[in-house]
Amino acid sequence: MAFALQTEKLCKSFGALTVADHIDFRLEPGARHALIGPNGAGKTTFVNMLTGVLAPTSGSIFLNDQEVTNTSQAARVRLGLGRTFQITTLFRSLPVLDNVALAVAERTGVAKRMWRSASSCKDIVEESQNLLGVLGLADDAASAAQDLPYGKQRLLEIAVTLGLKPKVLLLDEPAAGVPSHDSGKVLQQLEKLSSDIAVLIIEHDMDLVFRFAQRITVLVQGQVLVEGTPSEIAGDKRVRDVYLGEAHV
Amino acid sequence: MLSSVVSVAFHGVAYGMILYVISVGLSVTMGLMGFINLAHGVFAMAGGFVLSSFMARFGVPFPLAVLSAFVLVALGSVVLERLLYSRLYGAGELTQVLFSIGLILVSMASARLIFGDQAARVLLPDYLRGQLHMMGRDFPTYRVFIIFFSLGIILLLWFGVERTRWGAMVRAAVDHRAMAQSVGINTRLLFMATFALGSGLAGLGGALGADILPVQWAYPFEHLVYFLIVVAVGGLGSLRGPFIAALLIGVADTACKYWVPEFGAFLVYAATIGILLWRPMGLFGVRA
Amino acid sequence: MSGYSADTRIRWTEWLPWVAAGLFFFLMPEYLSLGARILIFILFALSLDLILGYAGIVTLGHSAFFGLGAYTAGILSARLGVNDAFLQLAAAAGMSALLGMLTGAVILRTRALTLLMLTLAITAILLEIANKWSTMTGGADGLSGVQVSPLLGLFKFDLFGRTAFLYCLIVLFAAWWVVRRIIYSPYGAMLTGIRDNAARMHAIGAPVYWRLVMIYTVSATMAGVAGALLTQVNQFVGLNVLGLEPSGDILVMLILGGVGRLYGAFVGPVVYIVVQDTLAKQYPEYWYFGIGVLLIFVVLFARGGILGIFDKLRDKWLSHSRPKSSARASAR
Ligand SMILES: Nc1ncnc2c1ncn2[C@@H]1O[C@H](COP(=O)(O)OP(=O)(O)OP(=O)(O)O)[C@@H](O)[C@H]1O
Ligand SMILES: [Mg+2]
Repeated sequence: MAFALQTEKLCKSFGALTVADHIDFRLEPGARHALIGPNGAGKTTFVNMLTGVLAPTSGSIFLNDQEVTNTSQAARVRLGLGRTFQITTLFRSLPVLDNVALAVAERTGVAKRMWRSASSCKDIVEESQNLLGVLGLADDAASAAQDLPYGKQRLLEIAVTLGLKPKVLLLDEPAAGVPSHDSGKVLQQLEKLSSDIAVLIIEHDMDLVFRFAQRITVLVQGQVLVEGTPSEIAGDKRVRDVYLGEAHV
Repeated sequence: MLSSVVSVAFHGVAYGMILYVISVGLSVTMGLMGFINLAHGVFAMAGGFVLSSFMARFGVPFPLAVLSAFVLVALGSVVLERLLYSRLYGAGELTQVLFSIGLILVSMASARLIFGDQAARVLLPDYLRGQLHMMGRDFPTYRVFIIFFSLGIILLLWFGVERTRWGAMVRAAVDHRAMAQSVGINTRLLFMATFALGSGLAGLGGALGADILPVQWAYPFEHLVYFLIVVAVGGLGSLRGPFIAALLIGVADTACKYWVPEFGAFLVYAATIGILLWRPMGLFGVRA
Repeated sequence: MSGYSADTRIRWTEWLPWVAAGLFFFLMPEYLSLGARILIFILFALSLDLILGYAGIVTLGHSAFFGLGAYTAGILSARLGVNDAFLQLAAAAGMSALLGMLTGAVILRTRALTLLMLTLAITAILLEIANKWSTMTGGADGLSGVQVSPLLGLFKFDLFGRTAFLYCLIVLFAAWWVVRRIIYSPYGAMLTGIRDNAARMHAIGAPVYWRLVMIYTVSATMAGVAGALLTQVNQFVGLNVLGLEPSGDILVMLILGGVGRLYGAFVGPVVYIVVQDTLAKQYPEYWYFGIGVLLIFVVLFARGGILGIFDKLRDKWLSHSRPKSSARASAR
């Protein structure tokens, strides 16, 4: 069976520091999969390798059985890989609408066009507005992204990526820094995602992880410590030691 | 042929030394503060003018005038740093480029108003004039002096950066800017001191090198490209890199002017492009 | 503001430059050659705005394309006897486009100081070539003997510069039209995205590098056309079209006018060249001093340039008047 995403012996070092150590990872089609691990475990680095921001030191990456280890970020996006950033990465000075529209335009190939006006691309604008509506950002379409309150910026971060209609979605701490009473909103949005999208979520908020994920992988110091269902992970002694214990103190 | 090789190497090295003394401050401040300071040549020019006018107008002896060039330029740069530069740390690249172009224009105009169109004349003391007989050849005494004096300064500087507390802080801050701040290094003071030292050195280099790079009002613009090449090719935030780059450029430029004057600086630029494409961060760069 | 939320209709204020140019033509016939020079530098600034203001590429080497265009047109006429204005323009455009594409493909993978240095080195190399290859370029004496045959066989370049002015105006108008289309297009919106956050642009799947090479080529082409116009109007090419200085000049003009706002490229050169023409001849020192101070001032206090100041004043005025009108509305 084809995996939505797969890595084989993926390694990454920054000088003497090994941040990914022979990671064998598989994401099933339509999965709800969480990647957890203490700070500095290498989770973001892993995502950066999957998306092509960083080149792995060794090992390979497959998207739907197609090797993408050396393909560009853009090519991977075209193959259906979308990601959000742990540290909000938006077009800060541009309107909220444009943040999403730029992504939609890239997906549909409209972005290359030089000769018609952007605002007359009705389909792009409409789709973007709909997406903003779904995420509860419709009223903010005209304000600059940097003027949104932080929680909404996190939602916009997701909206931009959804504009790509990804088949594989990598969410790097989507609720990072969002006050806990608001993180429910983020979860709500995630639960609405279509079931043919395979989702890999990185998250420190264990409530969110256990409510959302069907499988969990625990990464410690660049190595996969254990992978299993939420109940297996919750019962795992080693996980308690290295991670949960620390997080629940 | 052989004698011309020796002579090209000799003059090239002298030129390279001066280029390094002037540019090293630029490398460190760009690496440390991330500030693209195109106006660095202003400090070198200022040093040249301090030297010449102190000697010509006030009869200050050469060694003291050279020292004054260093001290005054360093002090002056602190004023600029506090008043202007520090406002633009962390500002965009374009902002910094434009600001420093503005500074160049203002200082060029001021220099022209004060000193006129003539190049600054430096009256060397007797003991630095004439030729020095070494290895069966004559070498201009002053150039020999430039080489050894610069070498001394450079060793002192390297020793300072490798062995002193200040040096350790600078190195830490170049490598991990945010972290240095978080472990309580007073970056404000560190930046200021480093900036002053770098500018002072530029002043010194401009003063000493006045007979290689004539000091006149257009100086900061005319030589800007070479200062930048030294830093970009050498690598930002590195000490060794710009040294090697400066020597390479000094020798290559002298050699080209001697053997293939019809190419002018063409080869130096072409080599620069080649090196930067091969190693975008420069030969020894810490960051791009 | 460009992008997906923009109103792309041409506002009445956008006709002002053209009306002003028309009035200038009829009212100040003795200044037409100065006017033509201004138009040329507006075109040059416009080309720079495309890559600097919209795509965010900071360059100190945009004169490479301007200069190449200027020399291409000049050499074509003075050395090869091709005096047709449009052939000269086309050749200049082609050469600059080629140089833009080649150098762009090579340098646009780098950033910051390295990019700055590479752009600078490229124009410096061209300057060296123009300086040393004097059999072709005239070297330091410049290239004279440039001729332009009457446009369309009808309009001679007259002594008063009437033809030259109108010719430049038409070319500029065409270029303005092109640039305006581009910046309001999806491509233009995409460029502002790259300027704003290249990492995000990569993450939404844009081949950022190729997109930059493309716009760099377009911009280079326009700069080359501007250079060719300068040659045709002056019937001469000097070394001052290449190197750091003209790159710096055009950068300063654009910044003074306001970067990334299309009409900054119009305002900047007008102000710069007019002031330069009146001041610089008599007091070159003061001129540089003044322009330097102005630049520092703009950088520290008025990032949007002259047009930015206007915008701020207008916003202030609007925010003063708005509360009143809403108060009136609620009273009703
Ligand atoms: N470009 C880089 N150069 C050097 N070291 C890096 C680089 N990027 C990350 N690291 C180091 O790699 C390690 C893993 O970082 P990473 O951001 O992947 O962790 P993480 O699991 O996402 O942590 P967190 O939960 O805090 O987000 C850290 O020690 C970090 O300092
Ligand atoms: Mg992380």
